Amino acid sequence: MSFMPKPKVTHPQLPHNALGLTRRDYEGANSTLCAGCGHDSITAALIEACWSLSLEPKNVVKLSGIGCSSKTTAYFVSGGHGFNSVHGRMPSIATGASAANRALHYIGISGDGDTLSIGLGQFCHAIRRNLDMLYIIENNGVYGLTKGQFSASADVGTRAKKGEINQSPPIDAVQLAITLGASFVARSFSGDKPQLVPLLQAGIAHRGFALVDVISPCVTFNDHEGSTRSYAYTREHYEEAVHADFVPPAAEIAVDYAPGTTQSVTMHDGSRLLLRKIAENYDPTDRAGALQGMQQHAARQEFLTGLLYTGSGLADFHALNATPDQPLNALPYERLNPGPQALARTMARFR
Amino acid sequence: MSGNRTAERTVDRTNDFVIKIATVNGTGSASANGLLMKAIFRSGVPVVGKNYFPSNIQGLPTWYEIRVTREGHRARHGNVDIMVALNAETYARDLTEVVSGGYFIYDSTWPRASLTRRDDITVLGVPLARMCNEHFQGVRTRILMKNICYAGVLAALCNLDLDIIRALLAETYAKKPQLVDANMQAIQLGFDYAREHFSCPLPLSVSKMDATRGHIVIDGNTAAALGCVYAGATVGAWYPITPSTSLMDAFKGFCERLRLEAASGRKNYVMIQAEDELASIGMVVGASWNGARAFTATSGPGISLMQEFLGLAYYAEIPTVVFDIQRVGPSTGMPTRTQQCDIHSAAYASHGDTRQVCLYPASPEECFYLAATAFDLAERLQTPVLVLSDLDIGMNDWMCPEFKWDESYRPDRGKVLDAEQLSRIERFWRFYDHDGDGIPQRTLPGVHAKGAYFARGSGHNQYGGYTEDARDYQIVVDRLRKKWMTAAHLVPRALIEQDERCDVGIVSLGSCDGAVREARAQLAARGIHTNYLRVRAFPFGEEVETFLQAQRMIFVVEQNRDAQLRSLLILETGVEKSRLRSILHYNGLPIPASYIAEGVAAVIAPARPAAQLVG
Repeated sequence: MSFMPKPKVTHPQLPHNALGLTRRDYEGANSTLCAGCGHDSITAALIEACWSLSLEPKNVVKLSGIGCSSKTTAYFVSGGHGFNSVHGRMPSIATGASAANRALHYIGISGDGDTLSIGLGQFCHAIRRNLDMLYIIENNGVYGLTKGQFSASADVGTRAKKGEINQSPPIDAVQLAITLGASFVARSFSGDKPQLVPLLQAGIAHRGFALVDVISPCVTFNDHEGSTRSYAYTREHYEEAVHADFVPPAAEIAVDYAPGTTQSVTMHDGSRLLLRKIAENYDPTDRAGALQGMQQHAARQEFLTGLLYTGSGLADFHALNATPDQPLNALPYERLNPGPQALARTMARFR
Repeated sequence: MSGNRTAERTVDRTNDFVIKIATVNGTGSASANGLLMKAIFRSGVPVVGKNYFPSNIQGLPTWYEIRVTREGHRARHGNVDIMVALNAETYARDLTEVVSGGYFIYDSTWPRASLTRRDDITVLGVPLARMCNEHFQGVRTRILMKNICYAGVLAALCNLDLDIIRALLAETYAKKPQLVDANMQAIQLGFDYAREHFSCPLPLSVSKMDATRGHIVIDGNTAAALGCVYAGATVGAWYPITPSTSLMDAFKGFCERLRLEAASGRKNYVMIQAEDELASIGMVVGASWNGARAFTATSGPGISLMQEFLGLAYYAEIPTVVFDIQRVGPSTGMPTRTQQCDIHSAAYASHGDTRQVCLYPASPEECFYLAATAFDLAERLQTPVLVLSDLDIGMNDWMCPEFKWDESYRPDRGKVLDAEQLSRIERFWRFYDHDGDGIPQRTLPGVHAKGAYFARGSGHNQYGGYTEDARDYQIVVDRLRKKWMTAAHLVPRALIEQDERCDVGIVSLGSCDGAVREARAQLAARGIHTNYLRVRAFPFGEEVETFLQAQRMIFVVEQNRDAQLRSLLILETGVEKSRLRSILHYNGLPIPASYIAEGVAAVIAPARPAAQLVG
């Protein structure tokens, strides 16, 4: 583990966002992951997404559980609070944190072990509550810190570095999330930054639970021949179903699309998502069709990527709970204390 | 059972007796029992209510016990003077419980000759079912009215005021006035039958007093919930578990009345029913980390599941309030019976060198006041605070002085740096001991970029950075130990009643208090005088050490098998093990005074044969 502070490298020509900040202002500590780890590419995409959305760093909250993936929270937006909690329990921390202060941006970063094994229950229930957060799974099919055991996302027949063949069927986080009613579900590949960045931007802008499952090869334990999570295998077996371009509020649509090929989705903050269908007959607003498309690909041990499902109309956690606009942690005690008359009335009920 | 009260017919038993009602769970007897309890209370006579219910929705035996106590005792007595037996399945055991000279009332619609086999008690048959079948229609109504009918019988036998009963019914059915007359009819049926067939009132009767003015009847869970509302709690997360669920239900109920923004309909609170206790405690930790006053309520199995997060909250220094309504363990144990069996698992909750602040309320009023104390301590000390109530306090009806709220109260949010303070400092060091009290400074997300730090359960240095360095690690855990010493000065003091001339002490905690007080009075009447210390918090303050050192002999009274409080005293004070004797009661029923008195007397006055213990 390295403890070296990361030197801030600036250059006068670095572009500034609406807050006057450069990408450097969205960086974090030096990564202590292995060189070439897919997770570091996701970190870079996150920095790009947060910078381009001009998020105020202090309003970014980074939450994680335990594992290689969960270390990512330390590697971006050092001006935002981070919480590295316990294994598989990040969603409950996110739930409580969001309940206390709805005004912040919650970014949860987890792995396939943290989410699909020890944390499967909390993952499912965060979706059911439609918690307003971006939930990223850095999915590599193995446990890295404990040296290469299969995770629950490992495909049947995939081979571990030491030769063992996985025989248990995988849990597909994306299909599971759609089944549970998640309103924003995407899958991407750490090696495809042009696809990943707009998905992260949209996931942050989305009100409610946004899942981005990112195939992120483990260079040390799962990047060999026979693995279905290696860089080489992933590049050969992924197909982009729907490409999403993210258009911030009040920005002009700069890209020209042939008429009829795109679908525009307006987010609650006024930003827009331009969805360009690439796979034939794939409709990201059709839940049953999306699941069918994914199952067909999964059967061939291939995967569809992009924004795979987006639904609207679901009330998010705070709407469901009718909380005030002002965060609960900012309500003055005077508004929380019912006062002496109310106590006297209450006492009368128990006489 | 004991026959030591056979000769007491000559003693005045007015306002000093125990009624026990045996019914079948799910038949609606709770409202009749509550009605009786309240009627006595409104007559100005102190009462104690104990509900012995099964872990069941419908069909199993259940009992309710009302102790009428002119002296204002707060514990269970242990004897039964009047048994109202409405469950044929338990007739045999109910019969044996009645003390000699007592009364056994049963439904004589189906006469039972076998019930008259005890010639030292009076058996009173009342044809409850027959009368209700004749006067009411519908199966459900007849069953419900049978319960109200026995309340009428008791009203006649024990001299209860029918006007008070009518007033109570009118309050209960304010929205359904037609039910008042129906219920009153059932009361009158029982009342008139008893007046006609028995010599009323019995010597065990109620006579109006003026000893309940300024008091309420409330359970500890309701009181704790109200305390959370007044303490300013905004986030409650829980997983349903007996006997803690009613605390969260009550919080929701109070918030719906007291925390609604009238204009917008918005709620100034969030209640989250979690998927399990692993999640409920995580939500509390997350919300508290983010600056809300958050809490959960649970019981033994939940405490086991919460251990991991309690360790994180201890080490990452996050305020966390947990109400543990203790029930009988181990494992699932007896979910609807009481014990004080989580003293150990709460005090040292989680792996590694952890120690947790615990509060031990003894009554509903302490649940109310200590709720605010728990939040203040949790935020001041940046650590979990576990409030160890139990089923007896939490779910039974206690007569308490009305709660008062100090309007000058303001929550102690502890050392939280605001944006202005953060803008003035050069760097924020999360785990650094600025003040020498072991308590570091804290920041909240979203306030200032300078306050940003990483909360983590992994090794960290005093500045907030990750570490695996031997020295850096130790600096932080040593400071945590120092913080623990500070906590010993901040937690509520133990309550002490001491007489210089006396060298025998009783140490106890929580719901044993009422029984200990009553036992001390019984002992004093026998010439055995005792000092008394009730611990109200862990860590123990200096006063605990001082008290222990001043006693020749100490009885530690608690409700668990393994003498957990005694062990904690041995571990955490300098007292010699040999001076601590245990009086342990752990069968799931609340400890009665006689059990303690006999336990002490058996050692202090061995020449006198101890009477059989009632348990």
